[in-house]
Amino acid sequence: MKELVVLSGKGGTGKTSIVASFAALARSKVLCDCDVDAADLHLVLQPTMRVNNEFWSGQVAIIDEDKCTQCGLCQDLCHFGAISDFRVNPISCEGCGFCCRICPAEAIVMKENLSGHWFISDTKYGTLVHAKLGIAQENSGKLVALVRQQARQLAESDNLAYVISDGPPGIGCPVISSLSGANLALLVTEPTQSGIHDLERVLGVCRHFNVPALVCINKYDINEDNTRKIEDYCLSQGLKVAAKIPFDNVVTEAIVKGLPVVEHSRDGVAKSIESLWQSIYRLLEG
Amino acid sequence: MIVSVASGKGGTGKTLVSTSLALSLKERVKVQLLDCDVEEPNAHLFLRPAITHSEPVCISVPDIDKEKCTYCGKCAQVCAYNAIAVVPKHVLTFLELCHGCGACSYLCPEEAITEKGREIGIVESGYSDGLGFAHGKLNIGEAMAPPVIRKVKELANHDGVVIIDVPPGTSCPVVEAIKDSNFCLLVTEPTPFGLNDLVLAVETVKELNIACGVVINRAGVGDGKTEEYCSKENIPILLTIPLDTEIAHLYSNGITLVAGMPMWKTDFIRLYDKIGDIVHERAGRLKR
Repeated sequence: MKELVVLSGKGGTGKTSIVASFAALARSKVLCDCDVDAADLHLVLQPTMRVNNEFWSGQVAIIDEDKCTQCGLCQDLCHFGAISDFRVNPISCEGCGFCCRICPAEAIVMKENLSGHWFISDTKYGTLVHAKLGIAQENSGKLVALVRQQARQLAESDNLAYVISDGPPGIGCPVISSLSGANLALLVTEPTQSGIHDLERVLGVCRHFNVPALVCINKYDINEDNTRKIEDYCLSQGLKVAAKIPFDNVVTEAIVKGLPVVEHSRDGVAKSIESLWQSIYRLLEG
Repeated sequence: MIVSVASGKGGTGKTLVSTSLALSLKERVKVQLLDCDVEEPNAHLFLRPAITHSEPVCISVPDIDKEKCTYCGKCAQVCAYNAIAVVPKHVLTFLELCHGCGACSYLCPEEAITEKGREIGIVESGYSDGLGFAHGKLNIGEAMAPPVIRKVKELANHDGVVIIDVPPGTSCPVVEAIKDSNFCLLVTEPTPFGLNDLVLAVETVKELNIACGVVINRAGVGDGKTEEYCSKENIPILLTIPLDTEIAHLYSNGITLVAGMPMWKTDFIRLYDKIGDIVHERAGRLKR
């Protein structure tokens, strides 16, 4: 079983549209949405939920007003500034439990936190493992790790060849969680100054975690000078540019219809994504 | 006045809006732009600031004195993040897991643990053509953005208007960036992805009890469901920017909208005035 994760650094470069198309093109796979705080893949794949699990993670401190002597020790010691006026701000609390251990009046308890939900769903393209982090919750990295682990287990038990993951934007905790140990990362960029800058940083993360990467330039024709700069950069880094996808409104039309773009159109964009999948397929098999 | 610019979905135009809003206001008031997207900061590519100050962001992690340590295991027991393990005659630390809570050093019975700084990123500040600027950069391979965001926000100059460029998503880095704002501007695009993530962003902002309004970018693509949602939820649409190849081209070359198309300046000033009205009206209502 091989695992492909699609990342970009910068958001909105087209990760989800590309993964949705891979869902239609690849046989023998489990799909996985690792963007747990703003998941969109389900809008195209239209899943029917089979399993809905609660995700309990981390703790939050609560001060019992009746026991609290207002000595202020917890406020002084909290490294996250989460306690003021002898009350815990649950949004700032990182659940370390320090306050609970040092309170001389034993007035602080730690409460388990329901941080989100994760799902196993059926789609016409195969199984999708996805999740929804609770509003303003922490621990997205742990939820991503859980979703990936479930996807891998399903692929193993059903004897499927691939796990294809739609990753989150950025380079921090949920990205590291999506990436570490994967077989290949596809980095989707766009020919803008921001796209180039963010590609360099997310490539750094791939190298840090020893995951081989290849690049796809989406909407390459909105600025061909910048596209050439990306190609030169990739060449200098020994990175393969596996596809250049043109800008076309069919991508948005497909999203509005709830279809992978390769099922909505047969032209430029669809053809580029098909040949991109062929390149990835050869790399994963090779 | 602190106005944060967020979105839920990435790539909808947060940086386009925050940079042009800041530049449009600077002739009227003192303005500072804080780029709190410390994982992928981009505002500097548009503003090209002169950086006058730079400092590392460190979190306190345990430094264990092996002479004093008795391998009692208390530190490992109190660490909520599994960043310390004690085996016979050895203490192992996994510093990238450490959140820097300080429990281990305080609770060590032998006083064998001190806190030392571990660099996870940097903050830089300076000026861009009369505009105050600061941003943070999380080091490659580091997981925790919130401490870097906190450090950027410490540089806020509260005498004037502070505009915060927020990272995408709805989890802890977003909360860290938008909390304490007087207003949150949510930039979206009128597609099912944009709307789905806008709804999540609205829920986050409501949870934090911050007033919000919407900017629709790339109007003309997608469908009309975003307007329907905003009108149903009573969320004002404060500015609409069309899908336009010239705007896209300016953006791709790192040129702000108001630098490339100065007629947009009045739209951004009007946008700020509408935000001011909403904030004042809300403050008045809360007082009553």
